[in-house]
Amino acid sequence: MAWNFSKEQSIYTQIVEHIKISIISGEYKLGEKIPSVRELAVTAAVNPNTMQKALQELEKMNLVFTQRTSGRFITEDKAMVDKLKEDFAKKQIIDFYKKMKSIGLTKNEIINFVEKTFGEMN
Amino acid sequence: MSEYILECGNLIKNYGNKKVLKGINLSFAKGKIIGLLGPNGSGKTTFIKIAAGLLKQTGGEIKIDNKKIGIETKAIVSYLPERTYLENSMRVVDTIKFFKDFYSDFDEVKALNMLQKLNINISDSLKTMSKGTKEKVQLILVMSRNAKIYFLDEPIAGVDPAARDYIINTIINNYNENSTIVISTHLISDIENILDEVVFIKNGEITLHKNVDEIREENGKSIDSLFREVFKC
Repeated sequence: MAWNFSKEQSIYTQIVEHIKISIISGEYKLGEKIPSVRELAVTAAVNPNTMQKALQELEKMNLVFTQRTSGRFITEDKAMVDKLKEDFAKKQIIDFYKKMKSIGLTKNEIINFVEKTFGEMN
Repeated sequence: MSEYILECGNLIKNYGNKKVLKGINLSFAKGKIIGLLGPNGSGKTTFIKIAAGLLKQTGGEIKIDNKKIGIETKAIVSYLPERTYLENSMRVVDTIKFFKDFYSDFDEVKALNMLQKLNINISDSLKTMSKGTKEKVQLILVMSRNAKIYFLDEPIAGVDPAARDYIINTIINNYNENSTIVISTHLISDIENILDEVVFIKNGEITLHKNVDEIREENGKSIDSLFREVFKC
């Protein structure tokens, strides 16, 4: 299945995000070998050069590393992935808070709403 | 050695009084997938036919791998025409033989593998095949050459979405960093994610030649949206 890309952002930043989320979610395990650039390009249905650029960016962020003979791997640094997960969650919450605030809800009202909605979901 | 596989300067083509290419300047880098995008009648096919050596320009220069268009460039150019040139009565196996005879860079094993994956029987004749299957066979033949530059003229026009996906996959799978692929199309949204660069061609003139991610970053919109704006009727 081709990955979904939004129109507004560059493909390469969206690939970086996509793989980052796969790491945070545990879809890619720590230290796991990732498919080759071409395989990933085919899966995502994107240009191999773009995929290569995205992986190099992830390498710069130390989220993946290359072993010269055997390919690319996900980082083994659990603390870093945990931190990434926290940052990601934080960002989602801030975005959510901004939206709620824009329709006039206070912090306490939002928290009550969240709890009420979670209650209804269970 | 030049970093460009194709260079043309002030390339002009007239059909009688009709000016089809009005002095095109273009350079294509090696190892890129380039979209040649323009509405019908903008000059895409004419440009490709000149590069493939099927038409002669009226004026200006065009070089591939630093050579003027001729026998030497035809040996390194793999061309998928808009309409098939294969005889309907041919069997797939005949088309393979045809390519083997014509092109020393044709990789028969590669072609047979791809055909097998699609469950295409090589003793079937082309006339028994659907339009989509015929397109796939022809693309397989063209992509099985180890050429330096590929010109695919409207490779996804008129086939169903599944066949389109297959064609796009085949292009990604066979691309390598030593070759350049030029894809002409007006079906941009299907193909824009696999492009490095796009060239917009309008009434025989180049109006834009740029990296795809740069366009998205600078304009905050996809190539498809930009195209619709630029070529609005």
